[in-house]
Amino acid sequence: MNSATVRNLLVRGMLAGLGAGLLALVVAYLLGEPSVDSAIGYEEAHAPAHHHEVELVSRSVQSTAGLATGILLYGVAFGGMAALAYCFALGRVGRFTPRATALLLSGTALLAVYVVPFLKYPANPPSVGDPGTISKRTTLYFLMMLLSVLLAVAAVIIGKRLAPRLGTWYATVAAVACFVLAIGLAYAFLPVVNEVPKDFPAALLWRFRTSALAIQLTLWTGFGLIFGELAQRQLAPRTGAVPSGNATPVPH
Amino acid sequence: MAQTVAQPTATSPVLPAALPLKAIAPWAAFFGILMLVLLYFVGAEQGATAVVSGEGVHEWVHDARHLLGFPCH
Repeated sequence: MNSATVRNLLVRGMLAGLGAGLLALVVAYLLGEPSVDSAIGYEEAHAPAHHHEVELVSRSVQSTAGLATGILLYGVAFGGMAALAYCFALGRVGRFTPRATALLLSGTALLAVYVVPFLKYPANPPSVGDPGTISKRTTLYFLMMLLSVLLAVAAVIIGKRLAPRLGTWYATVAAVACFVLAIGLAYAFLPVVNEVPKDFPAALLWRFRTSALAIQLTLWTGFGLIFGELAQRQLAPRTGAVPSGNATPVPH
Repeated sequence: MAQTVAQPTATSPVLPAALPLKAIAPWAAFFGILMLVLLYFVGAEQGATAVVSGEGVHEWVHDARHLLGFPCH
């Protein structure tokens, strides 16, 4: 029975990830693609030697089918992982309804999986980044992501441990403070990566990065709402008729 | 750990019970790894490391990789 619950939540998580991925795809196509195109325009204008490479995948495919493949798979993958994390979090992080737990989890995931690594190693458009350092940059990015997720999990555990002694409010404040401190140390000690070409337009870089952030914001908000709805229906099917929060008891 | 028991009554919001770790573990192990492999192919294949030779995967997900914040090239 419990195993079936996990399986159902996992399937719903992947579906919610797919749905959220579709929303993110719209944002990526409308907000992100124009800056990718501008950056490629800059790249072509500044190419040191004109190299006639055979184009493996055309720009029109990259910006549509390619973009869709990448973002939808990303949505499904993170949807599945978030659903598994949700199975652990459910009933363990506090007195929250299934829906509230889902939104709380997706907000935390947005921060831990994307925003925290992004602030140290932000997304870069084409022509920003030296191909020679790709290994180093990939390692650092995934390391930052892993570190951020592990520290977020640690902060939740610390908060849970402190709650009986400090009360929920101060335990949460203390746990978040620990997280911020640890992330600050990681920011300070991990190497800086700055490979923006000297005359790359600052406005274009800003636009690209804000649209990258908008994609993630859409993805995780969409996931939290869709998955929350599905989880609520699965775990507490009759809740629709029940007033939430501090409602007055209904006499029988 | 505190195990809250779900009691679907008409008067209080339904709070879910914690799922036992034993029930989650096999799903987490198998699907967790599967999802990570998926993420690897979207985010890093044919960048820093390559399982499949060539540039096809990299070129196909090129735009997504840039816009999702992965180091691309």
